[in-house]
Amino acid sequence: MSETKTKKQPVSDRRKFILNMARGAGLATMGGFIWSAYVDEVTASSLMLRPPGAIKEHDFLKTCIKCGLCVEACPYDTLLLAKPGDNKPLGTPYFVPREIACYMCPTIPCVPVCPTGALDEKSVTTDGKLDINSAEMGVAVVDHSSCIAFWGIQCDACYRACPLLGKAITIEYSKNERTGKHAFMKPVVQSDVCTGCGLCERACVTEKAAIFVLPREVALGRAGDHYIKGWDKNDEKRLENATSKTTTTEISKKSAVDSLNDSKGLY
Amino acid sequence: MSLSRREFLKSSAAASAAAAMGMTIPAELQAAADVAESNWRWDKAACRFCGTGCGIMMATKDGKIVAVKGDPAAPVNRGLNCIKGYFNAKIMYGADRLTQPLLRVGADGKFDKKGDFKPVSWQRAFDEMEFNIKKALKSGGPEAVGVFSSGQHTIMEGYAAQKMMKGGFRSNAFDPNARHCMASAVTGFYQTFGIDEPSGCYDDIELTDTIVAWGSNMAEMHPILWSRVTDRKLSDPERVKVISIQTYTHRTSDLADIEIIFSPNTDLALWNYIAHEIVYNKPDAIDWDFVKKHIVFAASPVNIGYGLRKAGEKSLLPVNPDGSAGKYSAKEMQIVNKEMSKVISAKEAPALKPYGYKEGDVMTNKDAPNANLGHWEISFDEYKKALEPYTLDYVATISKGNPDEDINEFKKKLQTLADLYIEKGRKVVSFWTMGMNQHTRGTWVNTLAYNVHFLLNKQALPGSGAFSLTGQPSACGTAREVGTFTHRLPADMMVNVPKHREIVENRWKVPAGTLNPIGNQHIMKIHRDIEDGFIKFAWVNVCNPYQDSANAEHWIKAAREMDNFIVTSDGYPGISAKVSDLILPSAMIYEKWGGYGNAERRTQLWRQQVLPVGDAMSDTWQWVELSKRFTVKDVWGAQPLRGKDEQGNPNSLPSVIDAAKAMGYTEDTTMFEILFANKEAKSYKIDLKSFPQQGYDNTDGNGDSRNVIGSDGKVFKGYGFMIQEYLFEEYASFGRGHGHDLADFTTYHKVRGLKWPVVDGKETQWRFNANYDPYAAKETKESGNSHAFYGTIAKELMQGDLMGVKDKTTKALKNKAKIFARPYMDPPEMPDAEYPTWLSTGRVLEHWHSGTMTMRVPELYRAVPEALCYMHPEDAKKFDVKQGELCWVESRRGKVKARVETRGRNKPSRGLVFVPWFDEKVFINKVCLDATCPQSKQVDFKKCAVKVYKV
Repeated sequence: MSETKTKKQPVSDRRKFILNMARGAGLATMGGFIWSAYVDEVTASSLMLRPPGAIKEHDFLKTCIKCGLCVEACPYDTLLLAKPGDNKPLGTPYFVPREIACYMCPTIPCVPVCPTGALDEKSVTTDGKLDINSAEMGVAVVDHSSCIAFWGIQCDACYRACPLLGKAITIEYSKNERTGKHAFMKPVVQSDVCTGCGLCERACVTEKAAIFVLPREVALGRAGDHYIKGWDKNDEKRLENATSKTTTTEISKKSAVDSLNDSKGLY
Repeated sequence: MSLSRREFLKSSAAASAAAAMGMTIPAELQAAADVAESNWRWDKAACRFCGTGCGIMMATKDGKIVAVKGDPAAPVNRGLNCIKGYFNAKIMYGADRLTQPLLRVGADGKFDKKGDFKPVSWQRAFDEMEFNIKKALKSGGPEAVGVFSSGQHTIMEGYAAQKMMKGGFRSNAFDPNARHCMASAVTGFYQTFGIDEPSGCYDDIELTDTIVAWGSNMAEMHPILWSRVTDRKLSDPERVKVISIQTYTHRTSDLADIEIIFSPNTDLALWNYIAHEIVYNKPDAIDWDFVKKHIVFAASPVNIGYGLRKAGEKSLLPVNPDGSAGKYSAKEMQIVNKEMSKVISAKEAPALKPYGYKEGDVMTNKDAPNANLGHWEISFDEYKKALEPYTLDYVATISKGNPDEDINEFKKKLQTLADLYIEKGRKVVSFWTMGMNQHTRGTWVNTLAYNVHFLLNKQALPGSGAFSLTGQPSACGTAREVGTFTHRLPADMMVNVPKHREIVENRWKVPAGTLNPIGNQHIMKIHRDIEDGFIKFAWVNVCNPYQDSANAEHWIKAAREMDNFIVTSDGYPGISAKVSDLILPSAMIYEKWGGYGNAERRTQLWRQQVLPVGDAMSDTWQWVELSKRFTVKDVWGAQPLRGKDEQGNPNSLPSVIDAAKAMGYTEDTTMFEILFANKEAKSYKIDLKSFPQQGYDNTDGNGDSRNVIGSDGKVFKGYGFMIQEYLFEEYASFGRGHGHDLADFTTYHKVRGLKWPVVDGKETQWRFNANYDPYAAKETKESGNSHAFYGTIAKELMQGDLMGVKDKTTKALKNKAKIFARPYMDPPEMPDAEYPTWLSTGRVLEHWHSGTMTMRVPELYRAVPEALCYMHPEDAKKFDVKQGELCWVESRRGKVKARVETRGRNKPSRGLVFVPWFDEKVFINKVCLDATCPQSKQVDFKKCAVKVYKV
């Protein structure tokens, strides 16, 4: 009993953390509007996983006409439409990977049927061909404390379930110094490849999945475009977004002259 | 109780070191390792699943198992587990656990083959079994009573079953599912070493420089060993090389420096290529001193067929003008007919040239009917002649398995492979599992592995050796060591050797002449005998033969539609239970005292942790209760056997009733009194005040609080003696002093297993090596040789050349092993215009065998809910099937629907599809061919020809 309790603790902490973050994101999208009754739905919305090709959540909510064509097109019954009481923006499509993950159909039947462009075919097209591997439904995140591979158990169920096996999830091998003769094989998500299909979350054998998909906005940080990895040619492309915005800190917010003329407390 | 990390490391390290050295763990450390909270109890056990043999600890609370942990003191796994081992605590508690006997009955309550299952009492169940066994004995003699045994039987269960079958019923129609998993390894050991089981141990992994996985997906099937391989690779990435030699890309190739994808069956050619490279191009690499002292060269016939049904067998009659025969369609007969004769193909012709065949010749498989294990000694020059065809060009041409790979790249890999084996000072371990065992030339390919290691003197040395990994948790411990095969007796003794029968009859206190000398009813033969209407009673123990046997539709039909009585003992309702007439609820692993033996000869025992669910009882109990129903006069009178002896008289077993009387038995003495509840058995006392019995249930010995109503309609109160210890000790007595020495029952409850032979309390790491194996040390005392291959089977050989025996005088080869000349040959069924694709089957990490346990663990079920058909994306296009959609996989024998997977864990090249067999809904064994290695009788589940098409 006591063990279950201690196990649960970090989980609820994590949930709180995610919810707080979600609220923050919700507020930001609302542009500082006053907290209102429907914010709950919006906070939930920021944690929802959308079909492949979904445009940015803010725009998606405005563009989706809740017609359900994408849901009908899904051969796996992965996609659901939010019902009243789901506490999600009513009528919009989403999926819950732990129940039914996205099986990443190469033909992506859910996207071309979208009449409004809320699911954007271009975003899942490479060289003129539909390319489910370019979808960005979310990104998988591993909780190292509950992932049994991090305990040394030979699991890798997520790795083997991944449709982009060896690319979206790779295995990091390291020695298990405790036993002296076994190796850890830990799953590592490559966030630039991961589509967020959730087949890993579905396959995870822990009671509550130790690997789970979050919307990319929620899960991923951003390093900033002012620094480019000198050892990675591909990183150069971030330069396209680099700007030379004026920076302001507490110390620099006054003009130079004002600062210079203010010698209060200096002597 | 809290242990700091440091203390923990110290105690677990000490404990595992102690276990590794075969010492008892100091009591204090033991206590620290078994932190016992008041609310639950930890006790050691072995993992239920594979042949790796990980040690685990089970936590029991309120009479149920609630948790498991890897045993930090277990040398194999040091506290770790794989994903299946992780769920050991959940396997016994599936919602549909069988809890009472179930019989097919009609409206009148009587047995009805077409009726539905209804619960019956244990008494009724045994009444039906008794009736039907007696009926079967009357109809066909002892050979009409069959048992499907198991590599998952505990040692004690297997031994109890063996005693009743062979000593009681005098039937050798008793064979384990282990036949499907390592029979070829066994015949390989017998032919090469004269004694079963590996020379090395898992410590080889930490000591070697080179790990070569041949036809083995160790990463998924032996995950804990693979993690040791990985650790070895990480510890010296430059020096340590990992080579993965497979018919399709899978997880084991992830870590490999070199991956060699070969065309199915050409592993025979690859091994011969390496030997050719040594003998023809690098002869200096041969350790002639070792070879001269320890090795002889040998050959055997090549026209031995494929273990299929033979012309004239009942189910192949009548032969019809359309090509069909009896119960086999014309399409099926296209392949079955190759059992009788075949045409030499262009692919195999060069390899068969030294045997006098050329392309287009008809090979008559005249040696197939006996498919005997016979072989004879040849000269090194003859061996060299047999190797001549295996040039790099020939081998690369026939063996390249990926049509998209450049032949020169492939040749480079083969060259590197040979170089790594040959390199002086480089230690090499060759591991294999089902790829080399499930093979129509499985015995051959096993022996070819030892050839290479022997020529280079890289066998039975720390860090070097060819090492057959076992699939099942007690394929070694029970099936092989106890000898639950049709032809075997305990400790490598054989039913066809009079001396061996005599030893066993004496030990069992049964009359001379009781044991049946003819043991030919291997598992496929049992199925075929049922189909022929000959076997009338069959009992399934701890296995699932109606799901795990190739060409399954024939056997299911035979069970359901013919006049016979099939019984299945199981924990869950699998396919075998479904096709049965009677189902017996079995106690599962931790609900009984038991023992397993793993692939490195490590014997591990455990205590009963909890009471069985419902009215389930152990298989030992079921066998012992059955034995109460049969008396001397029921089973020991004269009995007919099939076939004729050398003088042309019908085979038979003599009456031994008079001899039994002379021994003090009467006609009415039961087999129970003779085989199980005898004076010796009763000397093993129940002693609840001392270790190891104190504090533990023993349903078989004492009964239990469930008060199960037993086979006589009364509450079962136990046998009143320590039956498991009796069975274990009596069994162990056969091997002690004969190279199979086991420690005593109580010791195994203290240690984390010991690798036999255990001599003077010490286990043996490397057999046949005079530095490590006391038996080898004894044999080499005078010669000073480094090794003694002291096995005694097939150690007198006639002399000859590749074509046959030339001189019938036999020469003894004491303490020597053999190198065999054996060619590449095609399997009986290969892709052609109509069935253009290879099908290989196998397993996945998440599920155990037929999935009866793991498909009931919600987490594992969710992780892998169905078997997929893995194929190359280009093939999917060619077959017009799509990723994620269903396709048909069809052979000459049957078809199944499976979902197409073009991007998963297994990545076949064009031309091969892979479907795992765990999923009863994707019943791939309906598609597979029941061809076997004619010598080992092990089915080749790894190759047949199919077509794949849209649903």
